[in-house]
Amino acid sequence: MPGFRTESFIRALKAPGDRAPVGLVGPSDRRFAVHRNTVAIGLITALEVQFPAVLDLVGSEFFRATARAFLVAYPPASPRLTIVGERFPQFLAGFEPALQFPYLADVARIEAARVRAYHAADTPRLGIETFSSVAADALEDLRIELHPAVAIVRSAHSAFTVFSMATGASAPAAISRWHAEDCLIDRPEFDPIVQLLAPGMAVFLHTLQHGATLADATVAASESTAGFDLSEALATVIGGRLAVHLSTARRDQ
Amino acid sequence: MSRARSALLEERWTGYLPAPASVSSRSTLPPFSTARQTLTFIEVHAENYMGDGGRPHAQLAALRERFALSIHGVGLSIGGEDPLDSDHLTRLVKLIERYKPQSFSEHLAWSSHGGEYFNDLLPLPYTPQTLARVVMHVSQVQERLGRQMLLENPSTYIRFEESTIDEVDFLGAIVARTGCGLLLDINNVFVSAQNHGADPRSYLANFPFDAVGEIHLGGHDAGFDETGAVLLIDAHGSPVADPVWALFDEVIARHGPMPSLIEWDNDVPEWQILLKEISRATFILDHSTSASRVA
Repeated sequence: MPGFRTESFIRALKAPGDRAPVGLVGPSDRRFAVHRNTVAIGLITALEVQFPAVLDLVGSEFFRATARAFLVAYPPASPRLTIVGERFPQFLAGFEPALQFPYLADVARIEAARVRAYHAADTPRLGIETFSSVAADALEDLRIELHPAVAIVRSAHSAFTVFSMATGASAPAAISRWHAEDCLIDRPEFDPIVQLLAPGMAVFLHTLQHGATLADATVAASESTAGFDLSEALATVIGGRLAVHLSTARRDQ
Repeated sequence: MSRARSALLEERWTGYLPAPASVSSRSTLPPFSTARQTLTFIEVHAENYMGDGGRPHAQLAALRERFALSIHGVGLSIGGEDPLDSDHLTRLVKLIERYKPQSFSEHLAWSSHGGEYFNDLLPLPYTPQTLARVVMHVSQVQERLGRQMLLENPSTYIRFEESTIDEVDFLGAIVARTGCGLLLDINNVFVSAQNHGADPRSYLANFPFDAVGEIHLGGHDAGFDETGAVLLIDAHGSPVADPVWALFDEVIARHGPMPSLIEWDNDVPEWQILLKEISRATFILDHSTSASRVA
């Protein structure tokens, strides 16, 4: 079939140059460029809005070049722009020019988790009264389902500190030595929050998220962190209203 | 469908209310005290409300209590070669069941191919083959949603050598074969006519107005192509241009008032400036002397 071919149209759309595809009426390079620009600018802007800390850290020019490379490597499959950056952290972790910023992929993971938290389901959260009603001898077998907005990001490169500085939440200061930091991302009402987690908490919450009992999560956290404090961990879960459902292993098996 | 006498604000949440993307900032709602006197319905992009929960849904639910709602899709790729995305249709069904909008509309355009999404409303050639495909897709959407949809005429910058059918005839044939309605974007009519050296009034003279359920008005940008010819771009970031207001005035005088929407979703200005646009549309709708249309 002569004339319009979707494939050649798309090739021209993605090509860096300014040539229109064949089969158009009259000189069309500038006209076709309207579409090329709309596609690129729309997607890059969506990434800029979702990753403001990464943008701040690398600057606009570097970000745009990185975003273009990302969109070539991972073309968006969905018309939902809210998920356009889901694989951006993964891409950054392997993107050669970004490796000079060892914390960058972790900061992007924090920001991707914030976007997911922003859109997470509005599941009702459990208050302290629900925990109070659990019998003491049932605690060990308790499984605590966390809110869908809750995410944990673990970084070997001070990602929480870097994220806080980049977003203006803390004053910029020199980081003398990269160190491991874990943080919690959640959405108490509508606005996502990012909090530093005490050592061991990431393993504890992560293990709970995977359906383990309170006893197993405590063992896992204690093995990872000497002096892991269960009462402090429970205070974080209950006080932060992270839980949405309690069940006991025995009853559910 | 019923046609209220109304001026409508397009509440595209990108840039005005927090879109899913603007997780980093908290935006404000329009002042409802003013809005309620002026507006009868709002319109939102379907794709901005396809998350599970959070602020986007809380705000849309609050707006839904106060206003009639039009859900306007930008991602179905009705003009595409590929089959419709079944997952996307399912999300749309869910959204429509949840908010029960008075209207659902989409575009005569494509945006996805081979599993990739292009984030633009891309044009298609108008041929018997593409007509058959669009008819099939519109029918599938209406069947899946269990309701009539409106299809919007596009802004176009390029034309295809293989096109053999006029756009108005193409739209008319879709209406005849699917029973869908049309969303007439008068700015798009003006932009396309300017870009292709055509007369917007002859386009409108032939437009199947019996099928029109809604009108869009919006601003455009102007530049030049490589031959020095004016190239207008549908940008939704400025006031409606005077020649577009003139066309709107003529359409309403001739066909009677129809639900009409101001599209301004880039560089969204302060409410007072939007209100001015809405008031101008309302004035034209309220002073239409044409006999009421039979819906």
